[in-house]
Amino acid sequence: MASFPAVLQSEWTKIRSVRSTIWTLALTFVITLGIGALLSLLTRNNFSEFAGDGDSPFDATGTAFSGILLGELAIIVFGVLAVGNEYSSGMIRVSLAAVPQRATLLLGKAAVLGALALAVSLVTSFITFFVGQALLGDHSTTIGSPNVLRAVFGAALYLTMLCLFAAGVTAMLHNQTLALGVLVPFFFLLSPILSAVPKVKTLAHYFPDYAGSRMMLVYEQHGQPYGPWAGFFICLAWTVAAIGGGILVLKKRDA
Amino acid sequence: MIELHQLTKRYGDTLAVDGLSFQVPQGVVTGFLGPNGAGKSTTMRMILDLDRPTSGKVTIDGKRYGQLSEPLKYIGALLEAKAVHPGRTAYDHLLWLAQSNRIPRRRVDEVLALVGLSSVAKKRSRGFSLGMGQRLGIASALLGDPEILMFDEPVNGLDPEGILWIRNLMKGLAAEGRTVFVSSHLMSEMALTADHLVVIGKGRLLANLSMPDFIKQNSRSAVRVRTPHVEQLLTALHGAGLTAEAGPEGSYEVQDGDLAHIGELAAAHGVTLHELSPQQASLEEAFMQMTADSVEYHAGDGQGRDAAGAPGVWGSTWQAPDAAAPAAGKEN
Repeated sequence: MASFPAVLQSEWTKIRSVRSTIWTLALTFVITLGIGALLSLLTRNNFSEFAGDGDSPFDATGTAFSGILLGELAIIVFGVLAVGNEYSSGMIRVSLAAVPQRATLLLGKAAVLGALALAVSLVTSFITFFVGQALLGDHSTTIGSPNVLRAVFGAALYLTMLCLFAAGVTAMLHNQTLALGVLVPFFFLLSPILSAVPKVKTLAHYFPDYAGSRMMLVYEQHGQPYGPWAGFFICLAWTVAAIGGGILVLKKRDA
Repeated sequence: MIELHQLTKRYGDTLAVDGLSFQVPQGVVTGFLGPNGAGKSTTMRMILDLDRPTSGKVTIDGKRYGQLSEPLKYIGALLEAKAVHPGRTAYDHLLWLAQSNRIPRRRVDEVLALVGLSSVAKKRSRGFSLGMGQRLGIASALLGDPEILMFDEPVNGLDPEGILWIRNLMKGLAAEGRTVFVSSHLMSEMALTADHLVVIGKGRLLANLSMPDFIKQNSRSAVRVRTPHVEQLLTALHGAGLTAEAGPEGSYEVQDGDLAHIGELAAAHGVTLHELSPQQASLEEAFMQMTADSVEYHAGDGQGRDAAGAPGVWGSTWQAPDAAAPAAGKEN
């Protein structure tokens, strides 16, 4: 059997030696931070208009994380490319000839991908949080306030799990163009739209992005179907299912 | 040693590989020949466990490929030239491959030097020519210093210099005692490098024999005669114990005939000859003849194929070269 540490080392070399890794991860950081900072600044300057009707308390953490909905697209693209470029280049056959234990290969790739995505997401979420709070001025919160630290870690876990989910879906579809064509419209359009449509939204509330984003909420929202930890486990279940599905397809298919 | 036992691969209604059984002999270059679409690449992918056989099995040193730990140390393969991420450098491509099988890093520099890519090692492979891509593929096959090497159509698209390089490389590898299994659709190429031949057509085994045997069986010659007095000539030949087969354009061909003898025979019987010429079949023509029935796509000349007849047992239905084979066997 192939040695798992050797597979990890090899997958790390693969991931660090292509430019798309740097670009997609840098974009994740820049978009999340940039939009978060911009909205924090706008909110401070126009607080009475932005802060809503006062029905629920103002969420300073959530304001700082306003950019995550776009930033997640970049890390999804990272997950798609990391798996998909093996298929687009035909390199998958070289990889499988080197590591014929297909589950080991994909798990090794997912482990490296997940570790890198988590590291970048943690840096992104903490910096975004602190920059956002600095710009919010009087309306800011602190990392020590109730639920805030959980929300900041939650943001990082959310991004990491979406990245791995995307990687798993790409392995199932074994085609990076198709995976991008399915995942980007799903997360950017379909899921947000469906979660606003009556009746359908009950279903949409169990989609990975909606579920995962519950972890970032500091205050309980009106009509929220479940709490942050339930959201975490629902998102985790999607991620595990996608990677598991990817392994099944990879094992079953001719390469 | 690579052993195939009744290896079969079916895609839907198509049998790509049909009950293939043979062994690849150790320490020599074995040519794996067949027209395009004969199932060579599919067979090679099944050897590497990339495609799963519908039935039958293939083993390497008695084990399935998937059971090998660190397989690059047993068998190195070049399947496609550019199965490389275009944005990754040649060095990094070989590095991840080496790391996956715990091959020391210095081996990467060694194989890069061996294939002559040291100067572009840090360049992204996007800009590589086909020949450079082929060299990189060969470097990855050699990385684990394996006993068995497998190359799928390695000379495809290469310039004469590249072809010569690969030819010498394969001979050199076999001279070191390694097993080289190389596919091709060109008999002429194999005649220069291979010690052993495995020929397939439409997924079925057509021949499995040594190169000297192949040459011996297929270098027969014939004498072609053309005459307005067919009856008389055939009678004369028959009288001398020779048989003539109908050739192209009303000619007749005498297997293993002697030019002088047939000329004298005709003169003695007062038969006018319009042609008396020696016919030699090249190995390429013999190969085309053999696989004529199993070629997937034919060039326009529909007549040629029917005239070729069934290939049957190797060598037994040998005919004059230009009767049919050239039209039937050309690659598309």
